[in-house]
Amino acid sequence: MKVTPDLASELTALDRPNSYIGRAVPRPNLARLTQGRGQYVSDVTLPRMAHVVFVRSPYAHARIRSIDAAAARRAPGVIAVVTGAELAKIITPWVGVLTHLKGIKSAPQHAIAVDVARWQGEAVAAVVARTRAEAEDARALVAVDYEELPAVTDPETALDPATPVIHADLGDNLCFERRHEGGDPDGGFAKADEIVEATFVFGRHTGVTNEPRAILADWNPGDARLTVYQGTQAPHMMQNLFAKHLGLAEHQVRVLTKDVGGSFGIKVHTYADEMATVALAKLLCRPVKFVADRSESFVTDIHARDHRLRARIGVTRDGAITAWEIDDLTGIGPYSVYPRTSGIEANQVVNLIGGPYTCPNYRAHARVVFQNKNVMCQYRAVGHPIATHVTESLVELAAARIKMDPLELRRRNLIPDDAYPAQGPSGIRFEKLSHHEALAHLDAMMNYAGLRAEQTRLRAQGIYRGIGFASFVEVTNPSAAFYGVGGARISAQDGATVRLDATGAVFCHSGVTEQGQGAEAVIAQCVASSFGVPLERVRVVTGDTDNVPYGGGTWASRAAGIGGEAAWQAGKALRENVLAVAGQVLQAAPASLDIRGGVVVDRADGRERIGLDEVARIAYFRPDTLQPGFQAELVATRHYVPKAWPFAFTNGIQASHVEVDIETGRVTLLKHWCVEDCGTVINPQLVDEQIRGGVVQGLGAALFEKCEYDARGQLLNGNMADYLVPMAAEMPDIEVGHVVSPTADSELGAKGAGEAGTAGATGAVANAVNDALRTLGAREITEVPITPEVVLRAVGRG
Amino acid sequence: MTEHSRAIALTVNGEEVRETVEARTTLVDFLRDRLGLTGSHVGCEQGVCGACTVRLDGVIVRGCLMLAVQCAGSTVETIEGVSDAGEIADLQEAFVRRNALQCGFCTPGVLLSAQELLTSWERAGDGVPSREVIRVHLAGSYCRCTGYQAIVDAVEAVASARLGSQANTSSPSPSSGRAGEGSFPRHSRADEPHPTSLRSATLPEDGEGLKTGPTPRQGLAARAPTLPSPASGGGKEARP
Repeated sequence: MKVTPDLASELTALDRPNSYIGRAVPRPNLARLTQGRGQYVSDVTLPRMAHVVFVRSPYAHARIRSIDAAAARRAPGVIAVVTGAELAKIITPWVGVLTHLKGIKSAPQHAIAVDVARWQGEAVAAVVARTRAEAEDARALVAVDYEELPAVTDPETALDPATPVIHADLGDNLCFERRHEGGDPDGGFAKADEIVEATFVFGRHTGVTNEPRAILADWNPGDARLTVYQGTQAPHMMQNLFAKHLGLAEHQVRVLTKDVGGSFGIKVHTYADEMATVALAKLLCRPVKFVADRSESFVTDIHARDHRLRARIGVTRDGAITAWEIDDLTGIGPYSVYPRTSGIEANQVVNLIGGPYTCPNYRAHARVVFQNKNVMCQYRAVGHPIATHVTESLVELAAARIKMDPLELRRRNLIPDDAYPAQGPSGIRFEKLSHHEALAHLDAMMNYAGLRAEQTRLRAQGIYRGIGFASFVEVTNPSAAFYGVGGARISAQDGATVRLDATGAVFCHSGVTEQGQGAEAVIAQCVASSFGVPLERVRVVTGDTDNVPYGGGTWASRAAGIGGEAAWQAGKALRENVLAVAGQVLQAAPASLDIRGGVVVDRADGRERIGLDEVARIAYFRPDTLQPGFQAELVATRHYVPKAWPFAFTNGIQASHVEVDIETGRVTLLKHWCVEDCGTVINPQLVDEQIRGGVVQGLGAALFEKCEYDARGQLLNGNMADYLVPMAAEMPDIEVGHVVSPTADSELGAKGAGEAGTAGATGAVANAVNDALRTLGAREITEVPITPEVVLRAVGRG
Repeated sequence: MTEHSRAIALTVNGEEVRETVEARTTLVDFLRDRLGLTGSHVGCEQGVCGACTVRLDGVIVRGCLMLAVQCAGSTVETIEGVSDAGEIADLQEAFVRRNALQCGFCTPGVLLSAQELLTSWERAGDGVPSREVIRVHLAGSYCRCTGYQAIVDAVEAVASARLGSQANTSSPSPSSGRAGEGSFPRHSRADEPHPTSLRSATLPEDGEGLKTGPTPRQGLAARAPTLPSPASGGGKEARP
């Protein structure tokens, strides 16, 4: 158990009396959501509110010869029809590059396309009307004369000299390229008894948040302020970007984020149509609302994971991994997405390959190319599912080649639990991980030996079951190393302001945001524990740039580990402030007092001395009774950013148990297990549910989800009937276990847990399917989604 | 009023409503935009995601696949009405306790769908529906956040609790559920432990037990391609 660096007499984070740390308390904001009393952006209406819809390019690549909006402008209810060139006078374009991704390039992107549309779905004009229906009616009357241009859709040929260059000014279609070499890869492969090589193909997929993207922008010329209701993960980042591109000062912009109907990384980016909506509000001086419909979501919400990797692993006959090598190619659409860039995913793949293992010999090459498809950018677990899938497939292919049990090969190569601090093949640094303990826990939890025996028994009956694993590492609690050092104004630190109100309850304003993951509950737990009040006396406020401390928001599994620590520290600071007042009232040394259960008590024996309501009453209403010259301070703010480590890596291992019907090609998910180590668990129920939800997103990628494009760049399945997502009937129960290795970078020791599930699930399923089919002599499946067609081809029946 | 508009009268959450609507207005748009009942959500507008699920004359329907004019003379109940009536207070409480919702966008539809399952099983005296039956019935609601397990847990817990309270007031039902109803597990095992309550083993109330996983329990294959019910207005077709 970790001892926190606190006062010698102070109790640790985990054993303060009445501590909520480690307890599965329910989230405070759930009851209203079950009653239909949430307030999502799509629910918000304002006086004089207008609705915008967009005319979108039906072509993947086309010159806009002309736009005739005369008929649309005459249509009932229409307020304005605005083209890209017209809107460019209101809002400046942006370029999605960061300086720490050396050589990354992109072209200026406009809120609405000017002259050329570069993907199917890019907005070419906006129609604003009194109602959405009227706007949609008028949209049908906008006549756009397009000249279709050749579409660049295949990443494999994007860099060929014969392929048209999407942005002539850039010279070629290369967005970003990275090479890495660590250890001695050639020597490693030379030492190998077996070299296993495969090409992995990942289907492009997307987030399909249940609530589509939505934004309501209100420019009020009277006080020269822009108020934006937006379902975003990063309100302060958006405040900066709206101000910057509209030519406003940041303090003129307020971003309000209320309930958000799912994010998963989809809602942390700059979307052209959202920038256009804000600009239209400024142009028209009235509130303008945009809510994407589902078909728009499919062609405009960022896509992710469209990668092709050639990869190989070297292994000795006695099970020592000797080298890794990858060549990654990914197509990211026509623009690098602003401001986080579309180079991060491939960069993460390079960083994370081989991450759990000791073998340092590693060569990587990654190329990120432009193409005329919807843009790709960071989506839940950025790069992890690809790196984990490739690494873990290579490990299991190698195990099969040398006829070694896949868990045994891992035991021989995973970084030992007592070897920390350590680093991965790419040089990523690990403070403290627990691969072996997690593996042992998983082995026991799933009854691995029993499942293997059952597998053999059922095989004799013609039933093909498989077991697959995926060890993984996850990037959480990022420092400025992620974005700040590259020049993006995305806060790495986060703050919390805690205020004692006049009846002894506590308000906490936090810079992180609630996306449904339970951040507000975790913040409340931290404050209640460190300040010393019952949970129900803590009210958490998030998602308002006018009123919460400047912060980064919620992404990269940072809300609990960074926002929680800030809240913990703020609660501690307020406790000291309140005890100073109580010491005055009680004529006692503040250090001899504590706050427990909402009451000021003697620190030594817990004897109750005075209620917080009474302290607050005196401080607010009768300060004249306090010592002359004493000033009570009943607000405290603290900030936190990880300092000792650029990232708090977590780790874990997943297992998938599947049954494959070799007649139909159908894969049935029987069961899934995950053992993870996110350090101190603040709320075990919320951690488990993050894992489960994350796993299911990975299962969707494994079996169902893929944005199917044709050679002309047309999305063929852009609706929820054709793009399959995981539904309740196909999903298995998921058992979750934990190992706890706290980070010493913070007092709480909490790391993130939001992406671990997604990181490992896809690879575990792929390994399980191959395990099921291996005795059939099937071709190894190295692509996802593993559709029935893929299975049937692998077993020679397709 | 245009030639495409109609005057309709209907009952919404117990209140008489008279409005003039365009013929093309969907029920969910009518409820949200005209009546301010924003608890019903719009997710896909093609009957797949279930976020707009409401009750029409006692049967759940997709609010995006019904036109408001089709509901003239009918009784519509939304999550707001059902909540205010207290009809699903136990389900709502179980969802909160089990964290069976994260962003909450799908939740109103999921709750109405779950309530339909539970009332139909209660009426039939069939005991507690199996996890597979619950999963299949809820397959008309898309949830991106939870992975569904917590939802299944919560619905299962309420089914057990309702059966228990029924048993206290009437003759006890010997049935422990129709295992396999609506699904066809090929290798179901007789010794399969049947979970009948919240699996609190995964939810330690304190720091203890964090490193001790729950008892391994082999799940059944949920391989039912059946739709939840015709009344749910669609739902995803069987996987190819």
